[in-house]
Amino acid sequence: MSPFEQWIALQTMLVREVRRFLRIWSQTLLPPAITMVLYFVIFGALIGQRIGPMGGFSYADFVAPGLIMMAVITNSYSNVASSFFGHKFQRCIEELLVSPTPNYIILAGFVGGGMARGLLVGLIVTLTSVFFTDFQIQHPLIVVITLLLTSLLFSVAALINAVFAKTFDDVSIVPTFILTPLTYLGGVFYSISLLPPLWQTISLANPVLYMVNALRYGFLGVSDVSVSGALVMLCLFVIILVGVALHLLKTGRNLRA
Amino acid sequence: MTPAVSITHLHKTYKSGLEALKGIDLEIHQGDFFALLGPNGAGKSTTISILCSLVQKTSGTVQVMGVDIDTDFALAKKYLGIVPQEFNFNAWEKVFDILVTQAGYYGLPTKLAKERAEKYLRKLGLWDKRGQAARMLSGGMKRRLMIARALVHEPRVLILDEPTAGVDIELRRSMWDFLREMNAAGTTIILTTHYLEEAESLCRNVAIIDKGTIIRKSTIKALLRELNRESFIVDFDADISSCPDLGDYPAKLVDGNSIEVSVEKGKPLNQLFARFDELGLRVTSMRNKSNRLEEMFVTMLDTNREAPVK
Repeated sequence: MSPFEQWIALQTMLVREVRRFLRIWSQTLLPPAITMVLYFVIFGALIGQRIGPMGGFSYADFVAPGLIMMAVITNSYSNVASSFFGHKFQRCIEELLVSPTPNYIILAGFVGGGMARGLLVGLIVTLTSVFFTDFQIQHPLIVVITLLLTSLLFSVAALINAVFAKTFDDVSIVPTFILTPLTYLGGVFYSISLLPPLWQTISLANPVLYMVNALRYGFLGVSDVSVSGALVMLCLFVIILVGVALHLLKTGRNLRA
Repeated sequence: MTPAVSITHLHKTYKSGLEALKGIDLEIHQGDFFALLGPNGAGKSTTISILCSLVQKTSGTVQVMGVDIDTDFALAKKYLGIVPQEFNFNAWEKVFDILVTQAGYYGLPTKLAKERAEKYLRKLGLWDKRGQAARMLSGGMKRRLMIARALVHEPRVLILDEPTAGVDIELRRSMWDFLREMNAAGTTIILTTHYLEEAESLCRNVAIIDKGTIIRKSTIKALLRELNRESFIVDFDADISSCPDLGDYPAKLVDGNSIEVSVEKGKPLNQLFARFDELGLRVTSMRNKSNRLEEMFVTMLDTNREAPVK
């Protein structure tokens, strides 16, 4: 395929993916907005006022970046996992496999769709947060880079999950038993400086902690961890997972007999 | 002229250990209407799936329009259009979108993709359904949708895996006409089918595959010429309790008032009718038993199965 034909194939996949999650907006875009409003009402207006300031900010301001990150991670992941597995389940993945579309375009198409949903939901949550918080974005470039890398990382991870998945249960196991605990324990709702030393050390093994803190630095200018280290780690994870995903597509694992 | 498809020593052993293909060789010429026949599990779908990359070969070479799939599979895929046996489109997507999306996967610009989608939806009688979700279509329409989708990038070789399975006779005939039209326009067509009447009616050349081996390659005409017997169904005006003794004409009872008679090619039928007269049987109708090819096919498979395993 010429580069122009590959660009058309990628465009086609992106249009199809975006059209899919926009068509079911009541399942993909509305729920995160409602959930985040509830989070802000509870943690900002109700419990937040009793908790008091954290890291020098009101509690609502402190949790906002983590909540945005949580929405981006969840939506990027679930979009790619459900779309790719849906393609496998309905066998319409064969439409792509029999076509000359290269594997890296197939990967980019699905991942691009996941990133589009993750970032769109991230934007919705950010706009929602405006009504409950009064922070200023300190480092816009860090915000953009962190959100792009995170949504990319979790979209690729979701594709790998969907390649291995044989049932819909397999698709939901990772978000339920791995992603949610990592996110909730990743410093979304608290600063790890509040934890005993042992738990602080254990928390440092959680990759989500670095993403949340990098974003918090972008929004508020404070972080529990080194931001440059967090971004380097994100890039490394992305490179490794993209390599794994391309290998799986090339060998046709669970896709070609 | 470069063959449309050239297969050499193709082997496939699945992870389960099943040896689906045991070194098949096949050459299909450009413009041919080719039938790949065989019972279930013979290796037809495996062969086709290797051609379109859904199954990875264990060894051997496959070329499509002279392009080796090991060196440039992307180019080889451009020459191929595939209509699989089972529905494999997104049932929630609109008919028109399915075709435009598929065209996009082959790198066709949107404007051209939409023109092609319209062209083939009209040709296959689905234009009125273009705005409907694919799941709303009838079984026959879904099958036509898959043919339209396979054609949207205008492949040089069209492969159809059991295209008329479960399709009613009227629709089957209209699909045959369409495929003949495509073939006349220069598209090489490779067909797998269980309806041997379909192969007899449409195809010029045939390969019979059984247990992963090609057991016969020939033209349909040459195969039919080899048949030295014909079967007729004879109906009588009254019930008969058992099959009458017809001497040199082997016969068997079909039902209460019909028998099937086997007649050697070229042997006159006068003696047969004379025998009916002797027995006092009044013949009300007589017809050639359809699907002569089927008889030969079954005989070939039986012979292949009786052969010692090497």
